[in-house]
Amino acid sequence: MLDIARRYRRDALSPVDHVRNAIQRAHDDELNVFITIDDEGALLSAEKAQERIRNREENPLLGIPIGVKDNICTKGLRTTCASNMLSNFVPPYDAFVVEMLKKNGAVILGKTNMDEFAMGSTTATSNIGPSRNPWDTEKTPGGSSGGSAAAVAAGLCAVALGSDTGGSIRQPASFCGVTGLKPTYGSVSRFGLVAFASSLDQIGPIARTALDVAVLYDAIKGYDPKDSTSVNMDYRPIALDELDVKGLRIGVPPVFFGEGLDPEVEKAVREGVSVFKELGADIVEVELPHIRYGVAVYYIVATAEASSNLARYDGVRYGWRDKESKDLFEMYVNSRSKGFNDEVKRRIMLGTYVLSAGYYDQYYEKASRVRTLIIYDFREAFKACDIIMGPTTPTPPFGIYDMLDDPLSLYLLDIYTVPANLAGLPALSIPCGFTSSGLPVGMQLMAPAFREDLLLGAGMTFQAHTRFHEERP
Amino acid sequence: MDYDVVIGLEVHIQLLTDTKIFCGCSTRFGDAPNTNVCPVCLGMPGVLPVLNEKVVDFGIKLGLATNSTISEKNIFARKNYFYPDLPKGYQITQYDYPLCQKGFLDIDVDGRTKRIGITRIHMEEDAGKLIHDERQDFSYVDFNRSGVPLLEIVSEPDMSSTSDAVAYLKELRQLVMYLGICDGNMEQGSFRCDANISVKPKGASDYGIRTELKNMNSFRNVQNALEYEISRHVNLLEEGKQVEQETRLWDANAGLTRTMRTKEESHDYRYFPEPDLIPLVVDAAWVERIRKTLPELPREKRYRFVKDYGIPMYDAEVLTQQRDIADYFEACLKFIDAPKDVSNWIMTEVLRVLKEESIDIAEFNITPKMLSDMITLIKKGVISGKIAKGVFEDMHRTGKDPSLIVKEKGLLQIMDEGVLKDKAKAILDAHPKEVKSYKDGKKQLLGFFIGQLMKETKGRANPKLANKVIKGLLEG
Repeated sequence: MLDIARRYRRDALSPVDHVRNAIQRAHDDELNVFITIDDEGALLSAEKAQERIRNREENPLLGIPIGVKDNICTKGLRTTCASNMLSNFVPPYDAFVVEMLKKNGAVILGKTNMDEFAMGSTTATSNIGPSRNPWDTEKTPGGSSGGSAAAVAAGLCAVALGSDTGGSIRQPASFCGVTGLKPTYGSVSRFGLVAFASSLDQIGPIARTALDVAVLYDAIKGYDPKDSTSVNMDYRPIALDELDVKGLRIGVPPVFFGEGLDPEVEKAVREGVSVFKELGADIVEVELPHIRYGVAVYYIVATAEASSNLARYDGVRYGWRDKESKDLFEMYVNSRSKGFNDEVKRRIMLGTYVLSAGYYDQYYEKASRVRTLIIYDFREAFKACDIIMGPTTPTPPFGIYDMLDDPLSLYLLDIYTVPANLAGLPALSIPCGFTSSGLPVGMQLMAPAFREDLLLGAGMTFQAHTRFHEERP
Repeated sequence: MDYDVVIGLEVHIQLLTDTKIFCGCSTRFGDAPNTNVCPVCLGMPGVLPVLNEKVVDFGIKLGLATNSTISEKNIFARKNYFYPDLPKGYQITQYDYPLCQKGFLDIDVDGRTKRIGITRIHMEEDAGKLIHDERQDFSYVDFNRSGVPLLEIVSEPDMSSTSDAVAYLKELRQLVMYLGICDGNMEQGSFRCDANISVKPKGASDYGIRTELKNMNSFRNVQNALEYEISRHVNLLEEGKQVEQETRLWDANAGLTRTMRTKEESHDYRYFPEPDLIPLVVDAAWVERIRKTLPELPREKRYRFVKDYGIPMYDAEVLTQQRDIADYFEACLKFIDAPKDVSNWIMTEVLRVLKEESIDIAEFNITPKMLSDMITLIKKGVISGKIAKGVFEDMHRTGKDPSLIVKEKGLLQIMDEGVLKDKAKAILDAHPKEVKSYKDGKKQLLGFFIGQLMKETKGRANPKLANKVIKGLLEG
């Protein structure tokens, strides 16, 4: 992105031409990355950006085409959540982050593909079908923000926004060989993000480099009075510079290198960690004793919240309504049965179950308590280290339809990503190598709340000493 | 067999905030359907609630006025159920951590004082409203009410008769109106009541099986519904049958309650903490800030009026019914030390005019000073009580001072004995037959002569003097 911004300013490239070209390529795309392409809107904002650049405005986002995940509301532009339920929903408001993008002059190229309502890790549950991984089109780009990650990897847009509830930015970033940040809970407003699990959801940037991620993160973070969980504090810009990692304490939890971890992934990640070691960082072992319950806790909390968050899709005011129904009850049942696909329904049922009378204490209540223990785990761990590192995912990208009938195994692959959501911590996935068959591997960096500066600085350092992020599919 | 009645009440009051509880929409009643709405109160995708702190202020106010403990830690919860008037599919309310707990309200029933425990008071949002058109096979939904702030006040089952229940409701309604947090309008639904009721053999320690009653939108309905339900319970028990635990609706037209849903059909609301709102901390400073704004409460005021002004309890009850009337009464007493006279005028004439014209005392033309001046004129004998009624009407119509009206209209009482005597003589001369009857012993004709004299003087004759003059002429 920053290279495009520089070319705009050298007059080597015109934003309007660049965006026109990007629109054309988005239409030609065979990866099924976009749900909606905003030809008209994108050109219009490109023209405006061009004007602002001519007026010597320095903002690096001016005229940059960006993909926005289709669960982030865009005023006047269809926002479907990759669901039949919302296939015709046009929000009358912008999400906070979209407002910020527009203010900064970024060009919203289109809305990117995802798993239905962000529930999944392959984009296979999308109502327009799965996106494909640009490194191997038989493989999944990951999910749920698979469209955004694949679009960036394929060069269809320089940067993109995703959302991350249990790894939905980091896992596809890892699978697509790009950089993705799940920010601290409360640092980016959720206003206008169609809720999946409110206490876990967070919008974040995806780009090739940590530097671009940092620029985009700076543009979207900040206090928003319209989101009560948004933290009101003094947000400093991220230093767009390498972090001196000499003496930096890097915590490596053995639990992140346990059973189920693919050997090729392990090798790439360990080598990634050693890059920091060679630069003078201290590698320390840290314990996170309750992480092993992370996936279980996550699927209770997330589905519980989802079952309630998705109750509003009842066919009454907007969204898909079954018009054949004879009475109210039937309309509810049919609209929701036909409007949602299997995975969403599965999670609604799970969530309804764990909140039910007689099961609440056993599941939701207990999960909430273990969640607190996980938060304490990290608090303790961060006394001994500054950044925690490990793999983003246990496996490299797998076949698009490999896991479709095995939701439980798919859930278990979220093992490394869900803890950051449960604890509200920032986490970054950066490319750290490739498998023997040439598929990208990502490594995850986690830091204490609001220490995105550490993560992005370390990411910039890593990318100054490695070339994985420069590889193209 | 004799039975004990056990009643607990759940009251929902709509708060008089300008805007809704979680968005900036107006709370105005009666606007065109779906005009006071926005993405938040329509439950659109991706929007979030932001708490209106005024609602918390009002909740604290009521909590303090009911001697409740104000919770420092408040957590909002979601109550999940499907209904077309509930846009999000859940209602944001409070569950485990309500704003106020363990309060009480004293009520006066049949001359004795009773303390009714208040279990909890919590904040929540109202739902929209379904509008049914019988000519159509569908219903409309109006979301203007969606998100209007409510307080739910849950009492202990401390009421043992319908009169207890009605007294409690009246006291509570008056209280919330005094606090300025609710308009108390039962018909429009800004003060709504559900009842839990059971009966048990007299003296038994275990509660009977209770039913919940809904849809009682006036004190009379509450009274009738509870009476009906008590006798329904008693009859069932007398027949050796069981009361079913269920929710029943009062049908005011039919005068009976009907099953709405049975225990088996009752919802599992799947309450859980609302993740879109952070825990609300109400610290001591906040509570103190609100405590300073508390007015004198109606019951205190009532007792003070009796004690300080020596008026009967009945007068005190009427005068304190509304805070502004009580203030008006006390304002009058700054100008005249005649509490009972002032009270009489307010209870009869002032309240009558306010009611007839359905206006507030704030819109009333007669200021406390004017009313007091008028009463002073009566006391000084300048005008009679009867003339005063006319002066009162004139003051109300024109806003003029009473002495000016008296002067302009020549309403001064005739205190001159000579003048009255001349007029009286003329009257006696004109009615020889009646004079004769009087002298023959038909003494009740005195009233007739006085009436004639009043007529002749357009009511301005001083009544005592008129009496004396006529009597003197007839018997002298």
